[in-house]
Amino acid sequence: MVDLSTTIGGLTLANPIMPGSGTFGEGMAGIIDLNRLGAIVTKTITRDIREGNPPPRVAELRASTLFSIGIPSKGLEHYINELVPFYRPYRAPLVASVSANTVEEFAELAADISVPGVAAIEANVSCPNLKKDGQAFGMDVQATLEVTRAMKAATHVPIWVKLTPNVGDIAAVARAAQAGGADALVVANAMLAMAIDVETFKPRVANLMGGITGNATKPISLRMAYQCVQAVSIPVIGCGGISTAADALEYLLAGCRAVQVGTANFVSPNAMPDILRDLEAYCQRRGIERITEVIGALKAYETHELELNAAL
Amino acid sequence: MLCDVISNEWVNAEYKHLVLHAPPIALTARPGQFFHLACPASGEDQPYLRRPMSLYRVDPAGRRVEFLYKVQGVGTRGLATLAPGSVLDIMGPVGRGFTLPAPCRHALIVARGVGLATMAPLAEFAAAQGAAVTAILSARAPDLVMSVDYLQASGARVLAVHDTDGSSDIDRLEALVRGLHERQPVDFLATCGSNRLLRLVQKLGAEWQVAGQVALEQNMGCALGMCFACVKPFLKTPGSSQTSYRRVCWDGPVFNVQETVSW
Repeated sequence: MVDLSTTIGGLTLANPIMPGSGTFGEGMAGIIDLNRLGAIVTKTITRDIREGNPPPRVAELRASTLFSIGIPSKGLEHYINELVPFYRPYRAPLVASVSANTVEEFAELAADISVPGVAAIEANVSCPNLKKDGQAFGMDVQATLEVTRAMKAATHVPIWVKLTPNVGDIAAVARAAQAGGADALVVANAMLAMAIDVETFKPRVANLMGGITGNATKPISLRMAYQCVQAVSIPVIGCGGISTAADALEYLLAGCRAVQVGTANFVSPNAMPDILRDLEAYCQRRGIERITEVIGALKAYETHELELNAAL
Repeated sequence: MLCDVISNEWVNAEYKHLVLHAPPIALTARPGQFFHLACPASGEDQPYLRRPMSLYRVDPAGRRVEFLYKVQGVGTRGLATLAPGSVLDIMGPVGRGFTLPAPCRHALIVARGVGLATMAPLAEFAAAQGAAVTAILSARAPDLVMSVDYLQASGARVLAVHDTDGSSDIDRLEALVRGLHERQPVDFLATCGSNRLLRLVQKLGAEWQVAGQVALEQNMGCALGMCFACVKPFLKTPGSSQTSYRRVCWDGPVFNVQETVSW
């Protein structure tokens, strides 16, 4: 029996596998056993009810997808009255993803969503589809610091900050979130991207730009997750292009304490249970008793190896 | 769910008919529901997401589900390569199918093009419930009118109209439907595959105070109501001036025609 449990701050997860926000919902409860998940991360909500972006909202790319959904939200009341009770019977801790327009609104929403049954709050400061040209709070170091600090002051529920990959120096943003008191980071949200239909001359998602997700994006998100692990001491949760146990293991080896599975849930609703099964088989094959043994176990090339390979 | 392919034959120059050996859960599919298919890669085509495909026929006794599809894109070109004995990964049934009034005495089905496939199981279902079923099948040309034998065997009266002789013209169609209603009052209208037909059904349904439903298509991500990619605008209530997005996969794909925004 392999011990797959991991910790994210004060929160113990039965295993490191959880869905990425926006790629999971009540519909999954009829397909997979939610009790097997390390955590349940719900789709981002805003306080108010929002319709989201006009369709078309999705385009298929090579080994990836372009989504421009724009955070349609049924609002805070629906979340507290419907979703929190819906997920209460399940063992996996519930993580509520939230977004807002201002620092103050982020803080107020964090306070109001801190109801029994919500184990952590994920601050979506990084959705590329809300503002013009994909601008987001998470693209600014100071704004990230202020949002995180305000949310921490507003609630005792742990705050996970989901970073955007659409920055030059993600380590600086990671440090800002840590300085603001973040309990963990999620690295990363979708990369801002676009695609054009050469027959119609129109953008393939109506919002012009969207977020590219899926397998093809994994090496970039992995690199950023690794850079964040190096930059901060709080836990980092890896997210981006994970569809197999090997994908998840790459993030764990890079130092992530857990991972989020996103677009793969659309390709196969069984992706997360399959990853868990294969993760356990991997550990058994390698004689690994605890999954925490692989966290951060990346072996960089040592100086003498590099010297041996160097062209002198 | 992995399903064995029993057959996958061309029915005309554009459409293929896929028959799968299906597990019990798939055999619970109801008219208007769909499956999410992991279409295989073929040549340059590498489908990444699944493709929604409406149910054409379910045969619980024979443990089969069937699809009728137009070969036209990355996903369906992949489907077209499936040979008997190969395997297809399907998820479903998903979505909300048709709801017949109880009792239903005369169901009128008006479908065009690829919409024919979606309507065939509804005709079979309505006829099995004891309703008289009239199916008007509209196509570009006579050789693209499909499913006539299947529908007639189900007990439906089939009227085929097409563009080549002008019989599919919307005004002629309206006169035809009005005549049918005069002879035997229609108490359920269903449509799929054409914006003009949707508008006709909306107009006649409102005039006759008869329930009408439409099966819609949309590009999808997950088919489980999670990703919110497949939304279309709908009237909040019939006659409302306010619209709101609904998910075709989860809130549909079958909707009240009086809440549907024509396109």
